[in-house]
Amino acid sequence: MKKLINDPAKTVDEGIAGFALAHPDLVRVVVDPPFVIVRADAPVAGKVGIVSGGGSGHEPLHGGFVGYGMLDAAVPGAMFTSPTPDPILEATKQVDAGAGVLHLVKNYTGDVLNFETAAELALAEGIEVQSVIVDDDVAVKDSLYTAGRRGVAGTMLVEKIAGAAAERGDNLDKVAEIARTVNSRVRSMGMALAPCTVPHAGEPSFVLADDEIEIGIGIHGEPGRERIALEPADRIVDRLMEPILEDLPFERGDRVVLLVNGMGGTPQSELYIVFRRAAEVLAERGIELARSLVGSYVTSLEMQGVSITLLQVDDELLGLYDAPVHTAALRWGR
Amino acid sequence: MTALDGAWTRRWFEGVAAEVSRRKGELTALDRAIGDGDHGENLDRGFQAVLGKLDALDDAPTPGAVLKLVATTLISTVGGAAGPLYGTAFLKGAMAAGDRAELDAAALVEVLTAARDGIVARGKAEPNDKTMVDAWTPAVEAARSAGGDVRAALSAAAEAAAAGAVATEPLVAHKGRASYLGERAVGHRDPGAESTALLLRVAAETA
Repeated sequence: MKKLINDPAKTVDEGIAGFALAHPDLVRVVVDPPFVIVRADAPVAGKVGIVSGGGSGHEPLHGGFVGYGMLDAAVPGAMFTSPTPDPILEATKQVDAGAGVLHLVKNYTGDVLNFETAAELALAEGIEVQSVIVDDDVAVKDSLYTAGRRGVAGTMLVEKIAGAAAERGDNLDKVAEIARTVNSRVRSMGMALAPCTVPHAGEPSFVLADDEIEIGIGIHGEPGRERIALEPADRIVDRLMEPILEDLPFERGDRVVLLVNGMGGTPQSELYIVFRRAAEVLAERGIELARSLVGSYVTSLEMQGVSITLLQVDDELLGLYDAPVHTAALRWGR
Repeated sequence: MTALDGAWTRRWFEGVAAEVSRRKGELTALDRAIGDGDHGENLDRGFQAVLGKLDALDDAPTPGAVLKLVATTLISTVGGAAGPLYGTAFLKGAMAAGDRAELDAAALVEVLTAARDGIVARGKAEPNDKTMVDAWTPAVEAARSAGGDVRAALSAAAEAAAAGAVATEPLVAHKGRASYLGERAVGHRDPGAESTALLLRVAAETA
């Protein structure tokens, strides 16, 4: 393991300390209980608070999206481990302005259980909380026999659009409904060329031969559903696009936001190669590319790989997507 | 026969903290195969915190008081799925123990049953889903049918949990992160079932 760290046990703390020093205009960091990142001007009077969180190692998710027009607070857990209920409760209290708080939770068992507990504690303290579970990953079969689909890169689109709804003054019911709508219209699928190494584990999360790739990975370095031989980028993109397009399904005449997300160790140039083919596939199917986003937003440490996300939009969702946002990792219109 | 009193409950978790620390690499390796490779590290973080809290306890706590302390500490330090699951287990166990000064075999069975039921309620897993339920359920049944001696009941529970953990190997996972692997989880032991076996083994050894 070769990493730019001091002590494997301190990677999360030191990264957050640096994040706080770099962005004092946007956020403040609460260290007791540890690791709550709160929008600098929270609580914003009259506004629904939005809290998200999960294991660290997916930066800029979620801390990078705290600020105007997106999240009010992020709760990072230990590396790839969901946070415990105490800091989630603290974040909820810090951003509550009396209009209630929305928890946006990726569908991983640990995240769901800890946010559920925190929501119960917040309710006991008189704070109205609603939760929306994000589960956009089509690699996982949605059945009674699994814990359901995972929440992956589509999470940032849910955060952006729900954040815009909260910023324009929608009430808690409405913001939660919009978040559920986005979740119901967003689908993702990822792949890895090479695994990542969790610092305290010291060993790669899985092993791939030089000529092998994993299709259908999650964002925690967990293995995917299928291991195949390396192929040209266009063929890989087709493999990812096919199940996404069929799942919703996305149809001729639909308008979509296309997010090509790097897993942390993939150059921007390769992401654009992926984007090129994904856009081509949309054109072939008569699906309109309404907005484009290309970059590493929901990562898995230094994993090499990419995920593709499609969000079906109407005028309202597109308006909320375009609304101004000012966070460390996403900024436009302001 | 050693009484299952507060001093035993404390010895149990001191032993667990030492054993988790020793075997955390092994638990993490099991988790890496079918999950995200942090189970050992997370439990170690939690039980090291438990050690610190145990030192601050007064001289003669009840088993219920120790279990409650362990529960709240695990919930607030472990994270992931293991934190709420083990936290709920020991919280329900503490409630079943009540303010008894000692646990007899019947009370022990009540505590183990409450712990198992708490895990099932939180995680919504059933037997054969390849989770810690597959170690807890046979352990509860073995303790119940072991007769009137608490040490015999704990030994039976420990043996059944260990066998239950091994028996998760051929299963397809239906809950938790391993469920995303489908058939590829087959052949790997569930790390939660293995840590449950560890906990109950130490419980028997410290009695």
